[in-house]
Amino acid sequence: MAAAPKRPFRWHIGVFLAPALLVYTAIMILPLAGTLQLSLFRNINQSQVFVGLENFRMLFGDPNWSVNFWNALRNNVWFFIIHMLVQNPIGVLLAALLSSPRLRFSAFYRTAIFVPTILSFVIVGFAWKLILSPLWGVAPHMMDLVGLKSLFTPWLGKAQYALTALSLISVWQFVGIPMMLIYAALLSIPEEVIEAAECDGITGMAQFWKIKLPLILPSIGIISILTFVGNFNAFDLIYTAQGALAGPNYSTDILGTFLYRAFFGFQLQVGDPNMGAAIATMMFLIILGGVCVYLFLVQTRLRRYQF
Amino acid sequence: MTTKLLTALLLGTSILGTAGVAYADDVTLNIESWRGDDLAIWKDKLIPAFEAKNPGIKVVFAPSAPTEYDAALGAKLAAGSAGDLITCRPFDKSLELFKKGNLADISTLPGMENFSDVAKAAWQTDDGKSSFCVPMASVIHGFIYNKDAFDKLGIKVPTTNEEFYAALDKIKADGTYIPMAMGTKDLWEAATMGYQNIGPNYWKGEEGRLALIKGEQKLTDPQWVEPYKELAKWKDYLGDGFEAQTYPDSQNLFTLGRAAIYPAGSWEIGLFNTQAQFKMGAFPPPVQKAGDTCYISDHTDIGMGLNAASKNADAAKTFLSWVASPDFATIYANALPGFFSLNNTPVKMEDPLAQEFVSWRGKCKSTIRSTYQILSRGTPNLENETWVESANVINGTDTPEAAAKKLQDGLDSWYKPAK
Repeated sequence: MAAAPKRPFRWHIGVFLAPALLVYTAIMILPLAGTLQLSLFRNINQSQVFVGLENFRMLFGDPNWSVNFWNALRNNVWFFIIHMLVQNPIGVLLAALLSSPRLRFSAFYRTAIFVPTILSFVIVGFAWKLILSPLWGVAPHMMDLVGLKSLFTPWLGKAQYALTALSLISVWQFVGIPMMLIYAALLSIPEEVIEAAECDGITGMAQFWKIKLPLILPSIGIISILTFVGNFNAFDLIYTAQGALAGPNYSTDILGTFLYRAFFGFQLQVGDPNMGAAIATMMFLIILGGVCVYLFLVQTRLRRYQF
Repeated sequence: MTTKLLTALLLGTSILGTAGVAYADDVTLNIESWRGDDLAIWKDKLIPAFEAKNPGIKVVFAPSAPTEYDAALGAKLAAGSAGDLITCRPFDKSLELFKKGNLADISTLPGMENFSDVAKAAWQTDDGKSSFCVPMASVIHGFIYNKDAFDKLGIKVPTTNEEFYAALDKIKADGTYIPMAMGTKDLWEAATMGYQNIGPNYWKGEEGRLALIKGEQKLTDPQWVEPYKELAKWKDYLGDGFEAQTYPDSQNLFTLGRAAIYPAGSWEIGLFNTQAQFKMGAFPPPVQKAGDTCYISDHTDIGMGLNAASKNADAAKTFLSWVASPDFATIYANALPGFFSLNNTPVKMEDPLAQEFVSWRGKCKSTIRSTYQILSRGTPNLENETWVESANVINGTDTPEAAAKKLQDGLDSWYKPAK
């Protein structure tokens, strides 16, 4: 049998891919490679000298850096845990409530809950700083009205509460995203499946746990990984609410703010782009590691249902 | 069509623009600055005063945003498009520009003899041999108080520590006013208005500051820990929830008349004058015992230097000499009450609060903030750590001794004093 006639090279594929590839390379891949490269150099006498992994050795070996790094990482993990434990379950709950056909004004609730997501961090940080202000905030006043004034403390100024308070503010802002994704997933469950379940006598809560939840698990997986990436890249809220020194006593310092101080410097501290790049590289590796764990260990085991 | 129109317009403006420059035979000097707030003062008062005396030299004040200033200036200097005159940040940021050759050496500039060594220290090489900026202004620390409140409660202005705490106790017992308006949320208030404000009385101003740089004293020595012990006492006199009180909160608390004493920097005077509805007074940081020499933080904050690449160096030098003159000092200090001239010639100021602040220069010894020169070059950064630790001490997170030890350990990790 003769060889199949040679198909003409399909130029148009390359042509169509090129713009995206070029843009992506120019604004994502090159800067990333640049950061990785920068982290291997150090500024000695006004010129960049290759030092291998020396910056990383300093980051982990010198207590002046490592204490701050581990503190930031620990805080970041806590920031993430709060999001996973509070934001995502509430998101699922809200989506389940919204998709209930008996709920009235659901479009209003949906919009109202989603609106904070599109607000700027600066507005959110500033608004919550005012709400929680012990001097002019509405929080102490409203707690006073229900007789809980004694429970009020200046949360953003206390080392033991500040990070949790900020995590919850961030949850408040972003709970709309898991809600929307889960809501969409719930709506896409075919009627036949639900009807079949009802025929088998599975209704109410049992229906949610046994039928709907397994069907939306892949969406929950995606949300978890989005939360993970978002949290380990977070910076803005802490910076706007607590400043670059992430006070009190570095209790709200996360990797993003730590990177900012190292890279750009702050007040009298002069920026050190090389150490900053080393921290950025660590953030990249942490996020890469987390995403890989998800892709290879979790996502392959999730069962998907085709309708 | 539209493109043509646009091109024509652009061409037109560029020709007109160049024409404008071409017609001006005078030398034009550009000033780089981060003080956008001062634009009106420069345009309406300072520049006309200079131009009237120096025909043939035109001056343009071209500020950029404070947060962008250092980066923008660096880029402009590298590209050769920076202005002739450069407003100098104190210490290392300007020193770096000098070392790179961006700022000219102006040690011999006529007018530099009008300034004391402390005033010039912020813009000198470490050995003090070359100066590269003319000192323009400093800010003085102290306490501003609500005069009406003091009169009502029958408190007289405290001069010693004992009187200071007696006054605070009395205000607290009365309960109408929060004794002291300060928060720890923004950290720097605790360090700048707290530690650097009262500290010089303990470490004896320049004597202690220089000994620290030489390595003869440590931050763990009693004279450096003592101010922290005082700060720890302040906790009881601050308002409810001071841990989450920000700097603007503190300013508002005081100007609304809800607090009696405000640990201040003199830069507040302008704002407080316009906002407060009551009479205000000021007193310097109280001394330990009656009769002790008093020390104040008279911190050099802003200066002006000459771009080494300037094409109009002679005109620029004329301008700088004028900046160093008492004439400039008088206009500047009156236009911006609270930013005090560093000139040796006393300046006549109209504002009573500013007069009060500046009068301390006569009876107390001046120093600058202890962390600014040399000691904040490494990591961890002493100034930034002082912010964190001062807030920690007031919050009760760290004891004064623990805070001092942390700071000294951090400093020791990179700073080796020249012996």
